[in-house]
Amino acid sequence: MIHSLFLINCSGDIFLEKHWKSVVSQSVCDYFFEAQEKAADVENVPPVISTPHHYLISIYREKIFFVSVIQTEVPPLFVIEFLHRVADTFQDYFGECSETAIKDNVVIVYELLEEMLDNGFPLATESNILKELIKPPTILRSVVNSITGSSNMGDTLPTGQLSNIPWRRAVVKYTNNEAYFDVIEEIDAIIDKSGSTVFAEIQGVIDSCIKLAGMPDLSLSFMNPRLLDDVSFHPCIRFKRWESERVLSFIPPDGNFRLISYRVSSQNLVAIPVYVKHTISFKENLSSGRFDVTIGPKQNMGKTVEGVIATVHMPKAVLNMNLTASQGSYTFDPVTKVLTWDVGKINPQKLPNLKGIVNLQSGAPKPEENPSVNIQFKIQQLAISGLKVNRLDMYGEKYKPFKGVKYITKAGKFQVRT
Amino acid sequence: MTDSKYFTTTKKGEIFELKAELNSDKKEKKKEAVKKVIASMTVGKDVSALFPDVVNCMQTDNLELKKLVYLYLMNYAKSQPDMAIMAVNTFVKDCEDPNPLIRALAVRTMGCIRVDKITEYLCEPLRKCLKDEDPYVRKTAAVCVAKLHDINAQLVEDQGFLDTLKDLISDSNPMVVANAVAALSEIAESHPSSNLLDLNPQSINKLLTALNECTEWGQIFILDCLANYMPKDDREAQSICERVTPRLSHANSAVVLSAVKVLMKFMEMLSKDLDYYGTLLKKLAPPLVTLLSAEPELQYVALRNINLIVQKRPEILKHEMKVFFVKYNDPIYVKLEKLDIMIRLASQANIAQVLAELKEYATEVDVDFVRKAVRAIGRCAIKVEQSAERCVSTLLDLIQTKVNYVVQEAIVVIKDIFRKYPNKYESVIATLCENLDSLDEPEARAAMIWIVGEYAERIDNADELLESFLEGFHDESTQVQLQLLTAIVKLFLKKPTETQELVQQVLSLATQDSDNPDLRDRGYIYWRLLSTDPVAAKEVVLAEKPLISEETDLIEPTLLDELICYIGTLASVYHKPPSAFVEGSRGVVHKSLPPRSGSSESAESPDATPSGAQTSEQPAVIPTQGDLLGDLLNLDLGPPVSSPPITTSSVQMGAVDLLGGGLDSLLRSDVGGSPAMGSASFTAPNAVMPASLGAPISSGLGDLFELAGGVGTLSGSYVAPKTIWLPAMKAKGLEISGTFSRQVGSISMDLLLTNKALQVMSDFAIQFNRNSFGLAPAAPLHVHAPLAPNQTVELSLPLNTVGSVMKMDPLNNLQVAVKNNIDVFYFSTLYPLHILFVEDGKMERQMFLATWKDIPNENEAQFQIKDCPLNADAVSSKLQGSNIFTIAKRNVEGQDMLYQSLKLTNGIWVLAELRIQPGNPNFTLSLKCRAPEVSQYVFQAYETILKN
Repeated sequence: MIHSLFLINCSGDIFLEKHWKSVVSQSVCDYFFEAQEKAADVENVPPVISTPHHYLISIYREKIFFVSVIQTEVPPLFVIEFLHRVADTFQDYFGECSETAIKDNVVIVYELLEEMLDNGFPLATESNILKELIKPPTILRSVVNSITGSSNMGDTLPTGQLSNIPWRRAVVKYTNNEAYFDVIEEIDAIIDKSGSTVFAEIQGVIDSCIKLAGMPDLSLSFMNPRLLDDVSFHPCIRFKRWESERVLSFIPPDGNFRLISYRVSSQNLVAIPVYVKHTISFKENLSSGRFDVTIGPKQNMGKTVEGVIATVHMPKAVLNMNLTASQGSYTFDPVTKVLTWDVGKINPQKLPNLKGIVNLQSGAPKPEENPSVNIQFKIQQLAISGLKVNRLDMYGEKYKPFKGVKYITKAGKFQVRT
Repeated sequence: MTDSKYFTTTKKGEIFELKAELNSDKKEKKKEAVKKVIASMTVGKDVSALFPDVVNCMQTDNLELKKLVYLYLMNYAKSQPDMAIMAVNTFVKDCEDPNPLIRALAVRTMGCIRVDKITEYLCEPLRKCLKDEDPYVRKTAAVCVAKLHDINAQLVEDQGFLDTLKDLISDSNPMVVANAVAALSEIAESHPSSNLLDLNPQSINKLLTALNECTEWGQIFILDCLANYMPKDDREAQSICERVTPRLSHANSAVVLSAVKVLMKFMEMLSKDLDYYGTLLKKLAPPLVTLLSAEPELQYVALRNINLIVQKRPEILKHEMKVFFVKYNDPIYVKLEKLDIMIRLASQANIAQVLAELKEYATEVDVDFVRKAVRAIGRCAIKVEQSAERCVSTLLDLIQTKVNYVVQEAIVVIKDIFRKYPNKYESVIATLCENLDSLDEPEARAAMIWIVGEYAERIDNADELLESFLEGFHDESTQVQLQLLTAIVKLFLKKPTETQELVQQVLSLATQDSDNPDLRDRGYIYWRLLSTDPVAAKEVVLAEKPLISEETDLIEPTLLDELICYIGTLASVYHKPPSAFVEGSRGVVHKSLPPRSGSSESAESPDATPSGAQTSEQPAVIPTQGDLLGDLLNLDLGPPVSSPPITTSSVQMGAVDLLGGGLDSLLRSDVGGSPAMGSASFTAPNAVMPASLGAPISSGLGDLFELAGGVGTLSGSYVAPKTIWLPAMKAKGLEISGTFSRQVGSISMDLLLTNKALQVMSDFAIQFNRNSFGLAPAAPLHVHAPLAPNQTVELSLPLNTVGSVMKMDPLNNLQVAVKNNIDVFYFSTLYPLHILFVEDGKMERQMFLATWKDIPNENEAQFQIKDCPLNADAVSSKLQGSNIFTIAKRNVEGQDMLYQSLKLTNGIWVLAELRIQPGNPNFTLSLKCRAPEVSQYVFQAYETILKN
């Protein structure tokens, strides 16, 4: 099981260590640093590294490496999932998961880690339970604590801990009862040179914010549940009901959580909302090239495509770029060779265009690789798969909650090859 | 006001200051001080000097302070064991606290204090907590047993905690069950022999119930535990599968993968005809694909596992090719894995798409990735014949880019394509030759040289090209040198008139000016071949090459089956069984897939006898290993003279043909007394062999051959009594028992076929898988009349040793397929080695002495033959009956020494020295052989012959 955890920042400082069994010397991280050096790019550090006596399993989040040390055969996914859970918890407690936030709250961090894992076995990882055991820091609380001398540590056993619904606190009270669902769909796609789709799928999630008093029992139904054939559920969902009736029936956790995530992959269901026209070419002997990119809307069901940003990793030989944007603004970072074009909204009448000259290093050979264009965009009030919530029913409580559903479609890993 | 204030130091010295604060009367100040101490501890600063002061703060009502002190204790108790005792009282008291949170906290922390003295005090509180009324305390106590076991295993066993822990599996609370399972699994890992998790249908049922109700982490523990269970029949397997399937929709990817493991394993028991089998296959695809949309670290682990799953059951993901397409900003480790899986999934149906993608990747920035992509194009050509043409033209396009590493990779793979499709694409040679100068990597140079040598007759200036390489011969790597040597010899055999000078030059460079034994020996061999018998040289050097196999880097089936049992673990990431790398596993239990019950499928899957499924119908195919060129280089020779990868795993060993005909002929010529052939040339293969001997086998039938038995016939060599090879229940009523015999130079397999079914059996046929000595049926299996129910027929199948050779493990393993009108059945058996001892195995005395000296001492193996009451003469005559010939007998200090020789069908000589002390029934046998891995089996043959 998980033996120790080291938190390491980008410059290679170990700024926190926690051991759940015997103490493992920091020097074990040298193997990690070695791998990090070899990988050149922080994102390319392999997640599983073997050392003579231990295995290091790491994740990289928010510019922090979470490096865990294990000694026996352990499912690596279990470790990785757990590490992400730790990062999520920090985010949840401190508003951000950063080195400063962790250092500022180091004692709470330590208490949390102790509470989350016992002898390497996960103990309490549900945010609801943790918050009852260790209260998140707020300015008000620290002031009150310093006056009254009370602590930010719960001293009774969290009620959810052992019930059949460990994700929910027992006594929840609200004056305004509300339940909101965000249906968020991301399109992952690879579009080839000629504009045809090589690969496309939709990664969807339904994130919920539920603030309902007591023990509400909810059922959420869809107009077209058939779309959802590949789904991952929050543990609160009753699988049998879904299997038989295609209804999501659950007693929700309190607060924000991800209800389900799903994948829609059949090609004909994945509409591609934008197209890109592009000419990126380099001339053999002139040390220069041409760059001309236009973005236009395709099938967007009458909605506006907004928040459009195009990113291009230009080849190493590119020195700088002289471009004119018909809309929005662009930047080119000559160190990382990343071109970013912040387009904004697409107006179908006047398509945004960015064109100009690319200057290459003189004498360098013509770049072989063709840069891909990475597109980000957002479409409000639309789930591109067509998924629609039918109704939400509540049982078990008498009050009438406010209900709401919001849809949004975004670009996920949306790449256009040139 | 943040915690960073705890890091600020003062002038007086931090420790001093803290000490004062810890001893302050004010509670608040104390707490702040402890926080400062903890803060220092988190960054690895040593604050152990404050131990007594911190422990003094332990007795408090303030839970936060208590927890903080506990945190400190856990870190430092080990370094201050005497003072840690001070804390015991508080722990014991806390274990009685009315608040379950405090009871649990106390038992939890006590377990973390890894001090022997404390463990004694821990036992009583722990016993109480294991039976606590509050499940929260019980579940914490369960984990504590595992902690205690880690510190003092004996104590845990003596105190009976293991039994209590086993009882907790039946606890009413699912969380307690999950933790008990987790604790037991961890303890079991360090004690593989102890049958801690005694799984039976009742306990499985409890686990499955708890599975639905416990936390996600508990689900992982339970699923991993379930995977170790062996259902008694397919119905039980199916019902477990049905209850595990809902876990595939869990949001936690570790739960999903553990569920996949259980399903993959139990599926093995389900008949493929079952509707449910198909449903299950369909259900497995979406969750696997979903794992790929997670964070890159998760993707990586998932991809490594998918790689295994795709090899075991390609049908699951065959339609999901596109999800493995690479995005340019995937981390490199994800890219490489995706590429691997793409090639595995490539088929005629999707090859166009795959190729288009690969071509795209070949223009990416990352060099490693580009190389692999180019190589992948070559692999596609070899795998999907219809695409070969397109692949070749794609590769030519890539060569036109003139990007150095792309060109080199392309040439390496084109060489393989030439081998796979001879006489088809040689027209591109001209283009390849243009790029000769730009090749600077050994592998690419060697590949190019191979091409030039192989097609010397079509390349006008082949001699010039090779000559140009020869100029810098000494600066080349061994790989290139060896290849150059072979290529020039090939050239010479094809165009003898113009190239005599060249060949002499290379031979003298190789034999006289080189320090490399491999190169020198190969040079000598060619030299001798060419000078004594050019016709034979032609036959050897320009021999027909075996086909290269379509799939590369396939994991050997038995290993694959084992790895499937380890899905989701580190073993699956490294594609090695845990025994190969996990340090903590003391002694290893090998896991294997359950056998399929009542299956009616034919030769389609290698389930029943792993690795034995392909009968030897196909032409000899050598699986290409990591170093394809290694094989190419060795084609002319048989045994890998250039050092083959020396590994401890038995996996790749199977592929290396160590005993093949090549070695055979070499040995013969060596025995012939050639001065040119130093024994050094054989050290390379020899060095590799012993590693594979101890390797475990997972053939369930392996033990069938029993050495004990009645007395065999006296004429001819010893024949063991027949044993059952294939029980009727495994072969739909056909029972096969048999033995092997050798009489006057011919080997036969004596079989007894019994029909225990209710229907008539007919249409019998038999086939052997490739084996170490090339045993093959010399005639078809002839059963005169259909076999009626309850009828038995006895027959003798003549065998010869001219079949294809593949090294088996164990060496004398024979995998047999028997077909009748009902189905095809597979079994494997071990044949006694003495059936391979040939009649002319008597060596000349002089020769014996010379050979004995010549074989290096490390090839000598010593064995004890116990409880053999015979005297030297009786031994000698008995052994002679089985073609073990006594060459000399000496009496040294009252002991009889017998010097004996024997020869195997493939020409391997084994020399033996048998020491017999009168009155002592234990003999000492020393065996010397150039292929020492046979020694053990020769010894077994000795034992068998002498004891019967």
